[in-house]
Amino acid sequence: MSATGTPAIGMPIRRREDYRFLTGQGTYTDDINRPGQVYASILRSPHASARITGIDTSAAAGAPGVVAVFTGKDMAADGVGGLPCGWLINSKDGSPMIEPTHPVLVTDRVRHVGDHVAVVIAESLGQARDASELIAVDYAVEPAIVDPAAALLPGATQVWDEAPGNICYDWQLGDLAPVEAAMAKAARIVKLDLVNNRLVPNAMEPRAAVGEFNRATGEYSLYTTSQNPHVIRLLMSGVLHIQETRLRVVAPDVGGGFGSKIYHYAEEAIVTWAAGKVRKPVKWTADRSESFMSDAHGRDHVTHVELALDADARFTGLKVSTIANMGAYLSTFATCIPTYLYGTLLAGTYTTPAIYVETKAVFTHTVPVDAYRGAGRPEATFLLERIVDVAADELGIDPAELRRRNFIPSTGFPYQTPVALQYDSGDYHTTLEMALQAAGYAGFEARRQEAARRGKLRGIGIATYIEACGIAPSAVVGSLGARAGLFESAVVRVHPTGGVTVLTGSHAHGQGHETTFAQLVADGLGIPIEAIEIVHGDTNKIPYGMGTYGSRSLAVGGSAIIKAMDKVIAKGRKIAAHLMEAAEADVEFKDGAFTVAGTDRSTTLAEVALTAYVPHNFPHEELEPGLDETAFYDPKNFTYPSGAHIAEIEIDPDTGHLTVVNFTAADDFGRIINPMIVAGQVHGGLAQGIGQAVLEGCVYDKETGQLLTGSYNDYAMPRAADFPNFVLSTNTTLCTHNPLGVKGCGEAGAIGAPAAIANAIVDALKGLGVRHVEMPATPEKLWRVINEHKAPRAAA
Amino acid sequence: MQTTVSLTVNGKPASATVEGRTLLVQLLREQLGLTGTHVGCDTSQCGACVVHVDGEAVKSCTLLAVQAQGRNILTIEGVANGDTLHPMQEAFRNNHALQCGFCTPGMVMSALDLVKNNADPTEREIREYLEGNLCRCTGYHNIVLAIAAGAAAMRGDTAGSVKAEGAAASAAE
Amino acid sequence: MYEFEYHTATSLDDAAGRLADEDAKLVAGGMTLIPTLKQRLAKPTQLIDLGKIASLKGITEEGDAVVVGAMTRHVDVSRSEIVRRVIPSLAELAGMIGDPAVRNRGTIGGSISNNDPAADYPGAVVALNATVRTSKREIAGDDFFTGLFETALEPGEIVTAVKFPRIQAANYQKFRNPASRYAIVGVYVARTGSGVRVAVTGAGAFVFRVPEMEAALAKSFKPDAIQDIVIPQDDLNSDIHASAEYRAHLVNVMARRAVAACA
Repeated sequence: MSATGTPAIGMPIRRREDYRFLTGQGTYTDDINRPGQVYASILRSPHASARITGIDTSAAAGAPGVVAVFTGKDMAADGVGGLPCGWLINSKDGSPMIEPTHPVLVTDRVRHVGDHVAVVIAESLGQARDASELIAVDYAVEPAIVDPAAALLPGATQVWDEAPGNICYDWQLGDLAPVEAAMAKAARIVKLDLVNNRLVPNAMEPRAAVGEFNRATGEYSLYTTSQNPHVIRLLMSGVLHIQETRLRVVAPDVGGGFGSKIYHYAEEAIVTWAAGKVRKPVKWTADRSESFMSDAHGRDHVTHVELALDADARFTGLKVSTIANMGAYLSTFATCIPTYLYGTLLAGTYTTPAIYVETKAVFTHTVPVDAYRGAGRPEATFLLERIVDVAADELGIDPAELRRRNFIPSTGFPYQTPVALQYDSGDYHTTLEMALQAAGYAGFEARRQEAARRGKLRGIGIATYIEACGIAPSAVVGSLGARAGLFESAVVRVHPTGGVTVLTGSHAHGQGHETTFAQLVADGLGIPIEAIEIVHGDTNKIPYGMGTYGSRSLAVGGSAIIKAMDKVIAKGRKIAAHLMEAAEADVEFKDGAFTVAGTDRSTTLAEVALTAYVPHNFPHEELEPGLDETAFYDPKNFTYPSGAHIAEIEIDPDTGHLTVVNFTAADDFGRIINPMIVAGQVHGGLAQGIGQAVLEGCVYDKETGQLLTGSYNDYAMPRAADFPNFVLSTNTTLCTHNPLGVKGCGEAGAIGAPAAIANAIVDALKGLGVRHVEMPATPEKLWRVINEHKAPRAAA
Repeated sequence: MQTTVSLTVNGKPASATVEGRTLLVQLLREQLGLTGTHVGCDTSQCGACVVHVDGEAVKSCTLLAVQAQGRNILTIEGVANGDTLHPMQEAFRNNHALQCGFCTPGMVMSALDLVKNNADPTEREIREYLEGNLCRCTGYHNIVLAIAAGAAAMRGDTAGSVKAEGAAASAAE
Repeated sequence: MYEFEYHTATSLDDAAGRLADEDAKLVAGGMTLIPTLKQRLAKPTQLIDLGKIASLKGITEEGDAVVVGAMTRHVDVSRSEIVRRVIPSLAELAGMIGDPAVRNRGTIGGSISNNDPAADYPGAVVALNATVRTSKREIAGDDFFTGLFETALEPGEIVTAVKFPRIQAANYQKFRNPASRYAIVGVYVARTGSGVRVAVTGAGAFVFRVPEMEAALAKSFKPDAIQDIVIPQDDLNSDIHASAEYRAHLVNVMARRAVAACA
């Protein structure tokens, strides 16, 4: 209960961060200019695969305004290391993954278009770019391989000598024998091949970095567009051999991340290192073209799936074989995405007793692939929800009914899946019914017929999903190869006059933590929201924290705040007992006041805080002064948000143009702190999920390895007119193992939407006998599918 | 070639020395310190840089600074009345129409341009008017609601926002 | 962007004179040129801005025709009382170009002089049998566009206006590229006193007419009349968004829709 007497938790409190963003006062990395700053321009490879036989930087070095030109040799000579990968995956045979060097600047060869060849630092950005064109690089161009399935074929072009067959690892999860037994006994086996299309995250703020070196203190500072400044500090301290104590990383206002700003990128190391060399602050800001060829991409799976069903249409076994594109180098968390964030989710919302998944991760001459909103879970959901719909179609069972028949019942929790996870709570039946109701599922056939009268093909598609969020129990992920802990930290600092500063290791780049976290504290400490400040993003201010991704901020970071508040209250109770001359056990804390139970004796948190900092009358023998507590929270389990999404689409058969007519999402995120912010997260996720299904696809030229979708002229970003209004609802089952009962909501939309749309498309086309359509369902693709199924194509 | 450009920005005279190739957005951000106007692409499509030039929405990344000579520029920093948000800004805040905030200045400037030309836009008109403004966070849903509400507030019609919400509620019908 | 010198032309003669430097470029609205410069795909020595030449702006009626000054912006065409009254389909086309901020800068003269294969205005100029007025002469719409980004303009010649004759009925149908939103295919169908004109943009290297459709529509101005007319794919554009085969198909669909919309 907050100071106003109304709980803040559960209220759609308007965001405290909005005023600065709405008035142009936000401070994004590119808004930061340091005195004496110079500008970096990265010379990038125009080739997908080439040996570098020579680099001549002399003309560039002599160009107007140029301060310095550096190549990979300069960095190597200075002992600069490679960019590390944060998760070790072992292959089926127990051997570790192949982990090639990931240089900050290359030395002898380039491995994707956009690879980092040299950096020019000049007085102005224009001068830096002008000069970078004067660098003469001799490239011996070699064949490129970009398609992950083709990379595995015998004789395929090799990306790395040390990775024969382009295989990074060949991983498995689950027991094959029971799956094969289920297949042997199955009444029906349904099979499908599908592709999870490669995406470019496209946060609207391009990446940027400003490096600075303070000669007086020997401290380096990096301002960067990051979701996790401490992770960057840790990794970069290793790359540049700078002690963490002398490295400050600041991630100020960040304009969206979606995963793409988790990783430690070459440019961060370049500007920090170069700032030390040129003894001036060095700024780099990506233009969008650079973003396309240097931000980590997402998805890019090729999968074969088989589902066994018994005579009652119950799922008895699932077998999945996936090829996952890693790109040319291993990005920070690339290796865990198509393994432990993917294979572990293949039970979905169902009771499938036997599941086996194998993933071959392959190198190609493309930008590294890593987590993008959902990260592994959208890929798992897509294949699972597609194969369920194919099964429903083959068996002539309504897709909703087939799902109901196989759901884990609400009485079945905790539920141990055959793929390592133990779900703590959920209520999939109710959530599905909410979605069906809201979507008007029962009345769909009338709408289909009405559309047909207008010449349109209308379809409806359901997808249910489960996520593993609240990432993650450190011991568990450590046993699976993670090279980091995944706890979160918080400091709750009560000031002498009763105001509270919260220092959080989470990072907000659109999620609204300054509001949501303040709601937690307002209720927890019974003080007005206006008395609370949330601080994040600066390693010199906040405790060591792991940052924001995997829908973890509230479940893990919020829980750390709760823990720290508990410590504050526990200490406050002692102080209050002393002040009121009562036994500690008799002192209760409620609504911002400590009260001796059964009496009217009371003292406020502010009075206790003042006593803690002006400790004249204070139990010094028992307590230290001050009211400032730190907590680290390591989750006991993942959290398991779930939901049911229903898409309704229309296709114009003459052109193949698709319109999303309705989209309904019913989600279970556990306890909701701010429903307005949760709805916003769902909207955004849905837009990215629908974008993947209908519009977005990253395309490389299969011969040359050139990026064909390198700007908004060719990469189809969703626009306002591409969407209907979304219809949302929530069903709540609490997480059982974190203090807030929260599950996380950031990725749900992107996880459920692609399969819902894909199922709706196939439903619209089922009269033509269409079984599957790959994403994105572009107009030409749909037109061709319709034509090919409508009639045998006339010879041209 | 260095040229001095004189213009009016948010009601105040300003001048700066620029190259021929300096873009208006560079002049605003780097020389005048008005960093509320953002750059999100290099192909003039994302709209994060939209400002008003002589009262009309223009992409400041696609106008040379020298072309702004003598013009009257309004940026996001000049929209509020002192500390009081403009009704459109208030509608964005009240409808949670922004998350990371990066596209927001361009969205607000485009929204104001729309309302200037169409005081009572329908949901479809709003969505189509945002053709040149990309957002990756909100799915546009709340931006559309906010613009409808902001337009209503600018008309002095407090019931206006209900219409857009009604549209959302009836979408599944 | 490479550095260049910038000049504001004081008159048409001033602009033409500066074009003696063959590496100089005119800038009208700049909506294509400035992005091109930003990508460092062009390196002009000078930019000559036509924005201050008042005689190039505005929309007037000349008898039965509408004359649109070269520096008239898309937004002005789309909202023009004259255009909406005399050739409403032209106002609609102007309102479909780019996005609102682009329409607030982009001009008809810039668009047709650049002759981007996916631009909209070339379709209007050809379908409506317009006449392009330049600093030197008048050029028939059919003769103005000569190739990919090429026109009949001679060195130093500047478009001053486009004259559109009134027609009986016309409609423009645009199928957008989902990424760039330019026309994958745009078909402008116009019914005039002397026959029917069908102009296609987006599909080929530059705007072209479809004589078979025009002949069929002259006999029977109905969508069915052109149902079976499939244009050859050989010279059509093909890219990751649309193959030549698909574009050929879309030309037929868009043409039929344009005819239907004329009715």
